[in-house]
Amino acid sequence: MTALAEAGRFPARSQNVARALRAVLPALSLILVLLGIAWLNPRAISYLGFNLMLNLAIPIALATLAQMFVITVNELDLSIGPFVSFVGCVTATMLRDSPLLGVGVLLVCIAIYAGLGALIHLRRLPSIVVTLGMSFVWQGAAILLLPKPGGRPPDWLLALMGWKPPLVPFPIIAAIVIAAVAYFGLMRTSYGAVLRGAGGNEQAIGRAGWSLLKIKVVMFGLAGVFGVLSGLALIGTTTSGDANIGNGYTLLSIAGVILGGGEFVGGRVSPIGAVIGALTLALAASPLLTFMHIPPDWQVGANGAILIVVLAARVLISRREARR
Amino acid sequence: MKLALRLLATPWIWSFVGALLVFLATIIFTGGVGAGGIVTAALSLAIFSVIVGVGQMFVITLGPGNVDLSLPANIGLASAVAMKTMDGNDALVAVGLAAALGTGMAIGIANYALIRVLRIPPIIATLSSSFIILSIDISYGRGLQIKPPPGFANFTNVQILGIPLLALIVVLFTVLAGIALQRMVYGRSVLAVGQNMRAAWLAGIRVERVRFFTYVLSGALGAIDGALLAGYFRGASVDIGNEYLLTSIAVVVIGGTSVAGGKANVPGIWGASLFLVLLLTMLNTFGVSPGLRLVLTGLIIVGVITAAGGQKALR
Amino acid sequence: MAEPGDIIKLGGVEKRFGAVRALDGVDFVVHSGECVGLVGHNGAGKSTLMHILAGTGTPDAGAIEILGTAQTDYSVIRARQLGIRCVFQELSLSPNLTVAENTRVSHASLRGIGWRRRAGALIKTKLDEIFPRHGIEPGDIVGDLPIGRRQMVEVARAFTVTDEPLRLVVLDEPTSSLDARTAGQLLQFVRGAVANGLSCILISHLLGEILSASNRIVVMRDGKVVATDATSAFDRDRLVATMGGTVRKPRQAAGEGERARAEKPVCVRARPQGQADGRELRAHEGEIIGLAGLAGHGQTRLLLDIFESAERRRPGVEVSGPVALVAGDRQTDGIFPLWSISDNIAITSLRLLQRGGLIDAAKESSLAAHWRQRMGIRTPDVRNNILSLSGGNQQKVLFARALGSDARIILMDDPMRGVDVGTKLEVYDLVRQEAAAGRTFVWYTTETEELENCDHVYVFRNGRIVADLDRSEVTEEKVIQSSFAEASA
Repeated sequence: MTALAEAGRFPARSQNVARALRAVLPALSLILVLLGIAWLNPRAISYLGFNLMLNLAIPIALATLAQMFVITVNELDLSIGPFVSFVGCVTATMLRDSPLLGVGVLLVCIAIYAGLGALIHLRRLPSIVVTLGMSFVWQGAAILLLPKPGGRPPDWLLALMGWKPPLVPFPIIAAIVIAAVAYFGLMRTSYGAVLRGAGGNEQAIGRAGWSLLKIKVVMFGLAGVFGVLSGLALIGTTTSGDANIGNGYTLLSIAGVILGGGEFVGGRVSPIGAVIGALTLALAASPLLTFMHIPPDWQVGANGAILIVVLAARVLISRREARR
Repeated sequence: MKLALRLLATPWIWSFVGALLVFLATIIFTGGVGAGGIVTAALSLAIFSVIVGVGQMFVITLGPGNVDLSLPANIGLASAVAMKTMDGNDALVAVGLAAALGTGMAIGIANYALIRVLRIPPIIATLSSSFIILSIDISYGRGLQIKPPPGFANFTNVQILGIPLLALIVVLFTVLAGIALQRMVYGRSVLAVGQNMRAAWLAGIRVERVRFFTYVLSGALGAIDGALLAGYFRGASVDIGNEYLLTSIAVVVIGGTSVAGGKANVPGIWGASLFLVLLLTMLNTFGVSPGLRLVLTGLIIVGVITAAGGQKALR
Repeated sequence: MAEPGDIIKLGGVEKRFGAVRALDGVDFVVHSGECVGLVGHNGAGKSTLMHILAGTGTPDAGAIEILGTAQTDYSVIRARQLGIRCVFQELSLSPNLTVAENTRVSHASLRGIGWRRRAGALIKTKLDEIFPRHGIEPGDIVGDLPIGRRQMVEVARAFTVTDEPLRLVVLDEPTSSLDARTAGQLLQFVRGAVANGLSCILISHLLGEILSASNRIVVMRDGKVVATDATSAFDRDRLVATMGGTVRKPRQAAGEGERARAEKPVCVRARPQGQADGRELRAHEGEIIGLAGLAGHGQTRLLLDIFESAERRRPGVEVSGPVALVAGDRQTDGIFPLWSISDNIAITSLRLLQRGGLIDAAKESSLAAHWRQRMGIRTPDVRNNILSLSGGNQQKVLFARALGSDARIILMDDPMRGVDVGTKLEVYDLVRQEAAAGRTFVWYTTETEELENCDHVYVFRNGRIVADLDRSEVTEEKVIQSSFAEASA
């Protein structure tokens, strides 16, 4: 058999160094951004500062994890943004006025996400197109529910998101908890290994007797769960609803997963990296740029530049890895 | 009879059938009133999706993972560049178009550089560049609505026997695109790369040149679309291209091009564009609210792709 | 504990893939406590048969009996429950998971607290048992391991036992990426396990392995079983003859033809990356050069280097004209599955078929018609989809593609895999004709007999040329010997 992937004979040390560098890259980027902020505006490095800068990071992190689950099985979710918007609208209306109905709707949403996973698997559909169509559906539903911005989330949610624990700002605690849960679930459990394995070699997992249908349903269902959490967290922070509020999360979540060291195919993802990536994006998206006095016109462009720089760094490191 | 059966078997016929059904539903609802106007308006609007659809089609056909997400930003920037360069002066129309074209091609080159040199996946590469392009557009356009030169604006609205001239031109363009796809080395190369990039390389195709050209082409077509949109809607704006991101992908897929690459369909883009535009018209005519319109459009897209099913894995 | 009687019994199994009849009524039995060697040329049907046994393929006709019970709803899960494990050539490991995690995937019962430790211990123990001093850690990510180690992990994993019994292990070319030492370790382990009651089916094209490790040999050819007997009744020559090996032509001494060729200009010069001793491949115009040695030892890499050098300069490689390549792995490297036969042939020659900037339909169809006739591609219409052809005919299309272009140098990447004997003979003739007409061939092959078509053979090991054999010196023993020898520093 011709070996198109020929034997690698990398000196172990150099390969390990490169791999370690790549794993650490998301954290490095975050630290760089923090250093930049600290240098430009030392007062931002404080309890209040972090609270303000990071309070929107939690919904982004949750949406990024939702996207990560889908990317793990070699799919892509282009509807997560409008989905978060819709959940936000439900939170700002039903959850306060008729909580039981609100909870029911959210559970149905998760079921729909899981059902999409089944549909995509059974009919071998391209997830890009299916989720594209669903993005219209969620967007339309959000507009139907809340044609004009308004509404208010339930008090318990406001209390949770507005909680100010001593010493460590809530967003940081939340980020750690979220990352820990996702990390444990996907990377440490025995079924998590199977889920990731399906991204690496779907056929092999199927041949070993695991149900690929169940795997897709689980991953999309998890995306639905984290999407719901993201919408809840978002409205809990902004305190009012808007049909367009989460739309940017689609691209942000994809960027967060990739920044965090994940790859589109192969089942190689990092939950901790994804959360760190989301935090980096949240910080770089507004606070850093504001402190750098980058004119608002250029802030969105700077986001693109940051993405490119981090990815370029990753490529350079991989090149050194492969060149040997 | 045989001809009819052969016709039904072609992948692109269904989008036209869909367009026709939607049109008929609208006409029935209005009792036949304004049928001609609907057709003209549909043709006028559909061309904008068709132009970017063709570009996106070539990109998507390159293979899984290839998509140009920088189109909306491209369209926005190109519309501003075109209008500013034309400066309301009919004599500068050609220059303005050339400037827009140059902008689009530069965007395509930049996208390809990110993909090739930095090895960034196309989705992220075009996404990142779209952020940067957006910023450039915002600061360049300064939010001012620059009006197109009157001659240019009129040109985009000219009709012959109720059919927009621009539509005829774009039909000619799509015919040429179809020829390029099937009968030119470039088109065959794209189809080969999309089916199996490695096999294409081993068969002697200059894969990277083909990819380069395709991304530049997509950029160029996006820019032309931007200039024309500014002419048609009588003013450039940053947001003018926003809806074309999803639309460009949708018309390609509904039109019968395979998302997995290697199989492309040009006539279907027309059918799908007309279908979507007429769908919008129909829902508007029925008095459907914007929210419900979006929901129905989305459900129909999902329905169409589900009915079509996907490609079987090749192993 | 071994149970008496047959472990598996396949009767009258048939399987078609489109036009290809992969299995044409096969009867196959394995008893407990025996190792059956299954041999046959590429395309004889061995892998297909094993896929049916493993439950990953369904037969079009025939009966499957396991442990005396006829199987109706046979599947992968059922096969595992009955104790049948398979190690195929396409590795079934997830490259993004660690060795321990991949082991877990194979055993549903490895769950709960401490699963990772248990899985790691399980695979480590088995690796120690089969491949002492293997150097693999359970925490290693499979994608980072070289292919030899990956194969070791896959093989070891097949022998691990948790709650499902282990009765029969199918090993399909298990040593293809292993070096001599580890290959020996594996075969020794298999002999021991079989002596303890395990059953095994061993597929290998290294006849020496089959003869040393199996109790009984089954020979397949073109989808049928043509011989089955105790191993002691076979020797290499009888095996080769039964497999339908190419007729051995009387070896020609270096004659006029060869001396004339040596005077022709050098078309290709290529030094493998990492070659320390100055040896390089040299091909004169009109020569057929063979590349040999164990699979995956640098032959393909050198072919690709030569191929790339036509596009941009590469250090150590020089070619004198356009180059074309005939791929061996049709699916990943060759076929455009959505296209017709004609399109698949024309793709390399598109520039030559142009007229006024557009591809001329008439030129295209005459090219297709010419090569259909010349290569003997069996099809009613060249406009049919390429997948309607049998494997051998698909390979002919790939040849037509390369030969139909203006390339003067043709590289062949083990293209005769999965091809029936009849097709092979036709293609060999064509290659010799084209070489006589002045084209140069560089031919990598894993079937040692094919090297008899070559004027000169380079044997590879670990990415370097270790032996340089003239036509008269080429024998299977010499080639195998060189391929296991260590490269001189």
